[in-house]
Amino acid sequence: MHSIVARTQLSPNVTRLDVAAPRIAEIRQPGQFVIVHRAPGAERIPLTVADADPAAGTIALVIQAVGKSTRELVALQPGEAIQDISGPLGVPTELLEAGRALCVGGGVGTAVVHPIAQGLQRRGVQVVSVIGGRSREWVIFEAELRRLGEVLVCTDDGSHGRKGFVTEVARDVLTAGGVDIVYAVGPVPMMRAVADLTRAFKVRTIVSLNPVMVDGTGMCGGCRVSVGGETKFACVDGPEFDGHLVDFDLLWDRLGMYRAHEQQALVPPSETGRVCLRQ
Amino acid sequence: MIPMAPKISPKERLAIPRQAMPEQGAADRSGNFIEVNLGFTEQLALLEARRCLQCNAAKCMAGCPVMVDIPRFIRFIAEGDLAAAAKSLRNDNALPAVTGRVCPQETQCEIECVRGVKGAPVAIGHLERFVADWAGQREPGLPSPVTPPSGRKIAVVGSGPAGLTAAGELVKCGHDVTVYEALHQPGGVLVYGIPEFRLPKKIVDQEVNRLKRAGVKIECNVVIGRTFTLDELRARFAAVFIANGAGLPVFMGVPGENFKGVYSANEYLTRINLMAAHEFPRSDTPILRGSRVAVVGGGNVAMDAARTAKRLGASESMIVYRRTRQEMPARAEEAHHAEEEGIRFELLAAPVEVLGNPQRWASGLKCIRMQLGEPDASGRRSPQPIPGSEFVLACDVVVVAVGTRANPLLTATCPALKLNRRGNIEVDAHGATSLPGVFAGGDIARGAATVILAMGDGKRAARAIDGYLSARP
Repeated sequence: MHSIVARTQLSPNVTRLDVAAPRIAEIRQPGQFVIVHRAPGAERIPLTVADADPAAGTIALVIQAVGKSTRELVALQPGEAIQDISGPLGVPTELLEAGRALCVGGGVGTAVVHPIAQGLQRRGVQVVSVIGGRSREWVIFEAELRRLGEVLVCTDDGSHGRKGFVTEVARDVLTAGGVDIVYAVGPVPMMRAVADLTRAFKVRTIVSLNPVMVDGTGMCGGCRVSVGGETKFACVDGPEFDGHLVDFDLLWDRLGMYRAHEQQALVPPSETGRVCLRQ
Repeated sequence: MIPMAPKISPKERLAIPRQAMPEQGAADRSGNFIEVNLGFTEQLALLEARRCLQCNAAKCMAGCPVMVDIPRFIRFIAEGDLAAAAKSLRNDNALPAVTGRVCPQETQCEIECVRGVKGAPVAIGHLERFVADWAGQREPGLPSPVTPPSGRKIAVVGSGPAGLTAAGELVKCGHDVTVYEALHQPGGVLVYGIPEFRLPKKIVDQEVNRLKRAGVKIECNVVIGRTFTLDELRARFAAVFIANGAGLPVFMGVPGENFKGVYSANEYLTRINLMAAHEFPRSDTPILRGSRVAVVGGGNVAMDAARTAKRLGASESMIVYRRTRQEMPARAEEAHHAEEEGIRFELLAAPVEVLGNPQRWASGLKCIRMQLGEPDASGRRSPQPIPGSEFVLACDVVVVAVGTRANPLLTATCPALKLNRRGNIEVDAHGATSLPGVFAGGDIARGAATVILAMGDGKRAARAIDGYLSARP
């Protein structure tokens, strides 16, 4: 059992849970994730380790409440617990040795960018972060990223930082030059847009993929993605890949495999009959 | 020597027919997940046990990968001493309630049975299951043997059949055993792979709990290679037994395999068996319930997937296999049960493409007709495609059950560990690896095989580990 030590609402639908997981806190590296299984009967879901406090033995999980499983997770209060957390899983981020990195975070993806920026800053790499959200209240991890380098914020409505999308701000940074590598994490359309953008600038771009997973150890193959025409398992080969080689269409498509189920799961069981396939 | 049960002449013995396993009717069971085989009654078991000729040179034993003293436990049944039968069986086999259900007896012990020469062999598997269940229902009343502690700590990686068997044998020697399991529940393939209708999870729990009572410690959610490295285990334990399975599913490598609706058998079965997706939305893990499901492969896993699909409500559930029924590697009983349940066997057919609709949902499996040619290296006649014989099986779910390969998660973090070409850990006849104090067995060493072969590895390795530790006081 992993008790919830702190719970923080970061944006209207994004919650941070600081959870006791001493071993993972001690050894996790940027880019790694855990599989969380809240309770018997719950789904196993992958979540990036957004931060860790080895002294306190806690890890930070940043969760966007979209479906039943994530809603139930964010409903957990300090003192309550998550039954199972396994990890850290996945290949750690390929960190730039020296130079200047552009970290682009969209929405809850900003929390995934954070440990990468941490790792880069620790190595002495200069970090520029471009983060965004719908409006001011949707921008997360701004203060944490400011401790690691320059932060450029944008919002769709202009209520905070520049009005516009992260890709527009990223384009300006790339145009100004001096960017050795780009790390981009966010919704699939955003990562695709960033990859398209950086391809033109010929700047290496790492993206973090979030396909459906079950075990997280390579056993099920549900998380398969296509990278450079090769099938890879995001859980053991990733979750980070060369953004210029990722088949984003396939990723987006496979993420929709259970869309009908996700809707159904939000309806109380008494109101649903027998489950039928994609109607 | 315990005398044979009296009052029965050899002629009478030979006259007893093989007792049939009571089972749920095919129509009922194909709509539920309850175990198909209901188990022998005490009376059936007694009758069946009396069929055993108690051969002096018991050939059945030679066929058993864990060398169960088969005539001995059967003799105890015939004598009505079930406690003695259980004690004898458990002494040889750490998981008899499991093997009594999932072993391919027809190719191991029963094929050697003398009674099979003229007529049917003794139903060794059914008797094993009967004794194990009889004892299981009386737990924890039956005492477990106590051995003085050796003070040696051993790590076992993986809680599947190899790991559990090794752990059981090692605690018997008085060692302090910790088993690390990557998933949230112990049992490995017994839990995520084999369906409830073939191996109820309460049976696995029962066996796991018995090992725990005997002193085995099990830590779930620990992924060796990630949470701890092999080197860290070697520093903390006197010996390590690696039995983390052949985790990585093999796909067919045909176009369309990433369409929505295409599963590996591992994923399909894990969603149901471990995550209870068949109870969705009462459980949270979803699964696509296909109306027409094509399962590619001819092994036990393929049978499990096809029979599961039927239970999920598929109107048609098909096995697509490139050879004939004769070459099918599945256990005879599983293929037979599948047929009874209305699974369609599309034989001599090899998939060449998964077809999809414009929304990229699987809509069919394009296959090519095969014919059997000359025997290949495995001794089976190798299938050859018949040019121009392509045809399409309409389906909305495809399950790929063509095997698994070694999961590199652990081995990749320990380059010193010698692997073979296929990525499996190289071991000697006792399960010793290239690293001192490190042993391996089950699918990670031998490639995808059976529960009982994995258990045989676990038993052998445990003996080798005990020997290794005794040589190092």
